[in-house]
Amino acid sequence: MIEANSLYGPLDPAPDAGWTDAPPRMGFFTDTSVCIGCKACEVACKEWNGVPDSGFDLLGMSYDNTGALTANSWRHVAFIEQPRPAGHRTPPFEGNPTGPAASPASAATAAGTGTDTGTNPGLPPGRPDAATRMAAGPEFLGMPGSEPPGRATGAESRTDFRWLMMSDVCKHCTHAACLDVCPTGSLFRTEFGTVVVQEDICNGCGYCISACPYGVIDQRKGDGRAWKCTLCYDRLGAGMTPACAQACPTESIQFGPLDELRERAAARVAQLHDRGVPEARLYGHDPTDGVGGDGAFFLLLDEPEVYGLPPDPVVTTRDLPKMWKRAGLAALAMAAAAVAAFVGGAS
Amino acid sequence: MAEAHPVGFQWVMEAKRRGAKVFHVDPRFTRTSALADTYLPIRAGTDIALLGGIVRHILENELDFREYVLAYTNAATVVSEEFVDTEDLDGLFSGYDPKTQTYGQRSWQYAGHEKNSGDRDTHKERETAAGLRHESHGMPVGGQVQRDETLQHPRCVYQLLKRHFSRYTPEMVERTCGIPQDKFLELARAWTENSGRERTGVLIYSVGWTQHSVGVQYIRTGAIIQLLLGNMGRPGGGVLALRGHASIQGSTDIPTLFNLLPGYLPMPHYIDHTSFTDWVDSIRHPGQKGFWDGARAFGASLLKAYWGDAATPENDFCYGYLPRMTGDHGTYQTVLNMIDGKVRGYFLLGQNPAVGSAHGKAQRLGMANLDWLVVRDLFMIESATFWKNSPEVETGEIVPEECRTEVFFLPAASHVEKEGTFTQTQRLLQWREKALDPPADARSELWFFYHLGRIIRQKLAASDKARDRAVRDLTWDYPTHGDLVEPSAEAVLREINGYEVATGRPLSAFTEARDDGSTAIGCWIYTGVYADGVNQAARRKPGRDQDWVAAEWGWAWPANRRILYNRASADPEGQPWSERKKYVWWDADRGEWTGYDVPDFEKKKAPTYRPPEGATGVEGLAGDDAFIMQGDGKGWLYVPTGLQDGPMPTHYEPAESPMRNPLYGQQANPTRKVYDNPVNSVNPSPPQPHTDVFPYVFTVSRLTEHHTAGGMSRMVPRLAELQPEMFVEVSPELAGEVGLDHLGWAHLISGRAAIEAKVLVTDRLTPLRLDGRVIHQVWLPYHFGREGIVTGDSVNDLFGITLDPNVLIQESKVGTCDIRPGRRPTGPALLELVDDYRRRAGLVGGRPPIVTTDASEREVG
Amino acid sequence: MGLKTFIEGWPVYRQLTGTDPLARGAAAQSARSAALTARTETADSMARSVCPYCAVGCGQRVFVKDGQVAQIEGDPDSPISRGRLCPKGSASKNLVTSPLRQTTVRYRRPYATEWEDLDLDTAMDMIADRVLAARDATWEDTDEQGRALNRTLGIASLGGATLDNEENYIIKKLFTALGALQIENQARI
Repeated sequence: MIEANSLYGPLDPAPDAGWTDAPPRMGFFTDTSVCIGCKACEVACKEWNGVPDSGFDLLGMSYDNTGALTANSWRHVAFIEQPRPAGHRTPPFEGNPTGPAASPASAATAAGTGTDTGTNPGLPPGRPDAATRMAAGPEFLGMPGSEPPGRATGAESRTDFRWLMMSDVCKHCTHAACLDVCPTGSLFRTEFGTVVVQEDICNGCGYCISACPYGVIDQRKGDGRAWKCTLCYDRLGAGMTPACAQACPTESIQFGPLDELRERAAARVAQLHDRGVPEARLYGHDPTDGVGGDGAFFLLLDEPEVYGLPPDPVVTTRDLPKMWKRAGLAALAMAAAAVAAFVGGAS
Repeated sequence: MAEAHPVGFQWVMEAKRRGAKVFHVDPRFTRTSALADTYLPIRAGTDIALLGGIVRHILENELDFREYVLAYTNAATVVSEEFVDTEDLDGLFSGYDPKTQTYGQRSWQYAGHEKNSGDRDTHKERETAAGLRHESHGMPVGGQVQRDETLQHPRCVYQLLKRHFSRYTPEMVERTCGIPQDKFLELARAWTENSGRERTGVLIYSVGWTQHSVGVQYIRTGAIIQLLLGNMGRPGGGVLALRGHASIQGSTDIPTLFNLLPGYLPMPHYIDHTSFTDWVDSIRHPGQKGFWDGARAFGASLLKAYWGDAATPENDFCYGYLPRMTGDHGTYQTVLNMIDGKVRGYFLLGQNPAVGSAHGKAQRLGMANLDWLVVRDLFMIESATFWKNSPEVETGEIVPEECRTEVFFLPAASHVEKEGTFTQTQRLLQWREKALDPPADARSELWFFYHLGRIIRQKLAASDKARDRAVRDLTWDYPTHGDLVEPSAEAVLREINGYEVATGRPLSAFTEARDDGSTAIGCWIYTGVYADGVNQAARRKPGRDQDWVAAEWGWAWPANRRILYNRASADPEGQPWSERKKYVWWDADRGEWTGYDVPDFEKKKAPTYRPPEGATGVEGLAGDDAFIMQGDGKGWLYVPTGLQDGPMPTHYEPAESPMRNPLYGQQANPTRKVYDNPVNSVNPSPPQPHTDVFPYVFTVSRLTEHHTAGGMSRMVPRLAELQPEMFVEVSPELAGEVGLDHLGWAHLISGRAAIEAKVLVTDRLTPLRLDGRVIHQVWLPYHFGREGIVTGDSVNDLFGITLDPNVLIQESKVGTCDIRPGRRPTGPALLELVDDYRRRAGLVGGRPPIVTTDASEREVG
Repeated sequence: MGLKTFIEGWPVYRQLTGTDPLARGAAAQSARSAALTARTETADSMARSVCPYCAVGCGQRVFVKDGQVAQIEGDPDSPISRGRLCPKGSASKNLVTSPLRQTTVRYRRPYATEWEDLDLDTAMDMIADRVLAARDATWEDTDEQGRALNRTLGIASLGGATLDNEENYIIKKLFTALGALQIENQARI
């Protein structure tokens, strides 16, 4: 039975995808407030899943030399250097003779840097116009993100400083556009409610790539197929924890039944608010958001854009049901005819 | 800690979750700083000034844990009236001899003890890194001491300490370290408020602390604070060393170190230890208190393990077979000897000195002047390829066709391809099971040395030379197994544990050691690891099925004890200081010590026990002498004997510093070890001229993604891609001053070398304001070299060789340099660049001249 | 395969007759996916080991399949690490199976510009000869005043600190018997 909100709105996706007696929906809660940016998740993922290397280039985006989630990086640790207070903490550079956030010269060089490393995704290109302006004095360049240091800092003093780290991963959306648009059935919803590309089915058509509202899924060069986090489907089947979550030294990546994780996350946010970290907020936890909530959600310490996440992702197939109402019956009739032809021919 | 020991850091996060406050002190803002409550940027090399400020804060405000301090430390002990402090000698203690640059320590002794240990040859002790011996058994001090329980006597340790640190004010901390006073006070308050009966605070350092010309005194200062606050021997307290190699603790316990034999027994010295009795008596100090009384049995049992049947009481257990030290035979002296052509052959066993040791050029030039070199490693490291791929080949200093060194590269087995024990950072031995055989020619070190010994013994089987008897008599009959004829690691562990010679029964405790030849023990502090014939290091009872001490996982030396000196977790009467912090206590009903851990005390010795007049050895320790390995049973706030550079820590500037010492006329550690050799040099520091040639401070450390000299990470694709290039971190301010571009190139020049690196301009580095000056520091990772998947220049090439006088470890965490935009020159032009800097800095090679001016400008050593 | 089974295995049939009319879940699961299991489950053996990098001493489980290391991951039993590993520990399989790993003996003659191959037994014998020759050439029985020295300063060694205690023990034992004093390791550095 197709539920009214099979493509939009709150839903338990595994039963909706035909899994009877499905286990509870499993997912990740990534608490960035305890992430130490060690990248154990990146390595453990690659080791378990046999993911190829993603390039040997210094990107200069703080300690991030991975760049983004790609076909060859299913976990990506973002590093954000910000001249901002971190909770109740004492400002790290209070009393030091730090100038403005960046000297005109270094702000200009940082803004102008854009060496092409050949890596895709690599370092965002430099901005010569900004570099010219900054040479006269540093200025705020807009929304900070995973940018080289100096680019995102403003003219205010850098007495205060924080270094945000966040391990990003496929969100395993409740309403996964990649899955909805996959014409081969390669992408499918597992009994755990996760979204997995089946490498034996994928033909590399690439529809899923443009459908993903987070820009997660990606085609592997030389292979052509689409690859992304499977939430270690093979390990889950054996009752094991995904490789990244098992490795994570500080329990920044937590794995478990999504319901439990959501409760834990809410409690953690409340605790952080109590401890003077009002900026703590959840991202991707809300079943009523544009993707019906994520199977992998996050506790962030700033706006999602700062981490390179879309602020308000919407499943790109949201309007599909309307179209289906018109096209669906015809398609169904044709499929039924095809089956009848097989049965008939073999008797 | 998050940076270099991420999995250990989970316990800091656990503590934080429970409300602990975390302070992080580091020259650069690291991943640890990101998670800390307060970060204190510090000028590299000034930690004693910071910690000394804490000591002063404690003493001036009387915030010490007085009951603990009185009972368990030497605070009340009165020191000789001959002692003169740095306060009166402008940074020197009494007893300094400018000729040898060492101290005569007679005046440092406790009152009435001047003759006890004051006449030792400290120059000789420095040469042989004698301080290392004290790791397991403390330092001796004899007889009764004079005490003033009111702590008012002007020469009692408490008052000496108070006076010594009186100038380490918050203002001075700021002037020296660049740490603003408010921040310093925040740290001082948090530390003192979280120590005492109900709470404990822990000090954690990474072993970069040891890589300073005052490294041992750094750790001493930490120990003083922890003793004053009552944080030693208690759960959640201590001074914890985060060691950086899987079994580096084991590598000192069972040392491959020139001055030690297993269990911290000294390698004999040709003058001091001419006979077996001289040797063991120098360890046990007859007539004195404490647990090193068993030294004769430990020494005899070691020799018995080495030479078996040949070792008898009549021939002093073949003591005569042992080689004798005449001075410094450490790795840096040896490398200089290589350059001078005095060394024929060199083994490198999983070690890459061309990248990992200070002064890379000296390392490589030394290797280029050997007859032969054996490199055993997993990968083709820089130390194996110095003759074809090194900076010196580029500059023409090493010409392959003219380099005579014969090089053998033998592939090594990895950790999963052999079995054996590692001793990790908390002295815990853990047995590794073997997963599979090593590939092709790869073999374990156990295999290599067993078979090398077997072949050598065959070749010498018919020898009648006296020198060969030590080899021929060696017990070398380890059982082997499998196609590879691998020796049994368990058999070796059993020998390390020790056994009764007559029956072969494994010993259970080192108290069973005998000096009559009836026991053989490879390493007495490890006795018990094979108790009852069971490999205790292989115990793996899951943590979740045990209490939080987890005593049934692996085995810790000594005696499976997890916290040393844990007698101090109870008060002098034997009761826990508080319910919250109870750990080990006296059970009066059963008349024994009990608790969560193995008590670090004689099990049946009551807290009320007082030694009879004249008692020595273990008997001489009272029921409240918690620090049982110390000669007086006390934790030492003041060290009357055993340290080269002073009984109390004193801030000296690093050997290379842009700053005049703000505290004393004496600029640098007057006893630091410097080699006079043309290849070695030290950049000028005030009051010498030309300090502006190398105006910046550089410091080096690790990245999470790499490991030490890179041999186990640059060769591993998964790690190499995470940090793929050598870089230097600079503050935006310095980038602006020097004209450095983010992701552009910079080169750094010292008196030894010039290297290049990509630039990361980052807010994580800050300039410091000191004494009205702004000091810039730059940071670099020391993982890079020329081999592997990702390559880069080695920052250790920038360092010269200056050593801590106590343990002969090099100062390789701080130096001075210049930094310029762009790449370094190549070929001979590189040498010209360095020469030009050397000329301008007035470096003519060797030790900088001694500058003696008036007291305020003194620099003696 | 019977026809009925064939058809029941056909996704469109499963889609139309099963519980997954949009064919996004159960109906779309491929045979490979259905048969998937963790390779740790099918390993031939598992050794309990310890991480070779820093000195925290994290527990590792080493899974072997068909004579190859199939996986190395954290040992949840360890009270030290609780199953966790840092990036280096997590890369341990990559360490022991790295394409750069050297597995054969290499030899560089004096004044040579390239490596050559050498048999392991020959290398062992050559090294033993060189040790004995260096020792004989530099042996010191006594100093000039007749005090015993009993040593050679012609041989040196520098070890890493990832060697086992058992290895260090026999290294020190053999070198000491040979009279070689300059035996050092990372702990001095």
